[in-house]
Amino acid sequence: MHEMSLCESVLQIIEQQAKVQQFAKVKTVWLEIGALSGVEPEAMQFSFEVVMQGSLAAQAKLEIIQVPGVAWCMPCGCEVLVQQLYDECPHCGSHQLQIVDGDQMRIKELEVE
Amino acid sequence: MCGVCGCGEGHIHSHDEPHDHEHAHDHHHGHDHGHHHHEHTAEHAHAPGLTQARMVQIEQDILAKNNRYADENRRYFSERGMLALNLVSSPGSGKTTLLTETILRLKDELSMAVIEGDQQTARDADRIRATGVPALQINTGKGCHLDAHRVGHGLESLNLPAQSLLFIENVGNLVCPSAFDLGEAHKVVILSVTEGEDKPIKYPDMFHAADLMILNKTDLLPYLDFDSAQCIQYAKQVNPRIKVLSLSAKTGEGMENWLTWLRAEMALQRIAYA
Repeated sequence: MHEMSLCESVLQIIEQQAKVQQFAKVKTVWLEIGALSGVEPEAMQFSFEVVMQGSLAAQAKLEIIQVPGVAWCMPCGCEVLVQQLYDECPHCGSHQLQIVDGDQMRIKELEVE
Repeated sequence: MCGVCGCGEGHIHSHDEPHDHEHAHDHHHGHDHGHHHHEHTAEHAHAPGLTQARMVQIEQDILAKNNRYADENRRYFSERGMLALNLVSSPGSGKTTLLTETILRLKDELSMAVIEGDQQTARDADRIRATGVPALQINTGKGCHLDAHRVGHGLESLNLPAQSLLFIENVGNLVCPSAFDLGEAHKVVILSVTEGEDKPIKYPDMFHAADLMILNKTDLLPYLDFDSAQCIQYAKQVNPRIKVLSLSAKTGEGMENWLTWLRAEMALQRIAYA
């Protein structure tokens, strides 16, 4: 979707953290991207390089930790894995699913110097 | 002026930080300096003293900043008993016509305003202003969505009376605006019957994020192969909680249900405000 502006947000967070946590260069960025977050990891990789150019993370490597989608099936009362928002429960076929994990897009940690 | 960011009023927010090159550049080059961590493992063991590289825990939502602005906007709305709706759809679904028709029917009973998001031109805002209601055009330029920060500045310049109904007409785009909370009470997704009935499963994020789906241009149904029941089923598959209204903003068919929904939502805001 808007991986470019997401990468700009990542850079803002990094720049702000650089002041707080006193670092001048970022070597690796770990992002946690859920399968249901609407973020395309490949597009993220592409945008990341472009957006980080000329910044303290210009040489940084992007590592994406992909998190599977997990939903709570109301009729079954159990957690099931889902790939898409429109998936049905693999046990009962219901669409009464509440997403409980896999919709996140977070910066997890940085390797800095 | 913006309470959260302290940026200058009305100006387009840019993320260029003033570059103060005051970082302490004391380079003790450790002897394994420049070695690369190829694989990410759960532990990042670094022998202390050998390298300057260190791990910094961030654990921050990438959209945290937008969400902070959205919270500010939500507080603004709730303090004033305002109802804010974020209208999202693909381009050409009839959002602006729906709005002008809605405004004409409600302007004697409600104070209303519109924030228009488009990449370029003020055409939509001009159409809204022709109804006599204040409208603010935000051009996103190359951007594909409105964000909470720009909407917050829009609120300052509109300076609406308490208990107003604010429509935020997002950029025509079924993908990106789904992730950006603007502080609205509800996202309302508009789908016209000239589009495919499978849009809800082709663009699930948006239909998952919306509380209400409006099926617009129903006057054209006799000329199309559009299967409304299937479309609604797809929408409920993506979002079992979604409510659906079918209408034609052009002929007025079904508009009364939409107006009833708006009045009910306004009443809820007023109860909370009183």
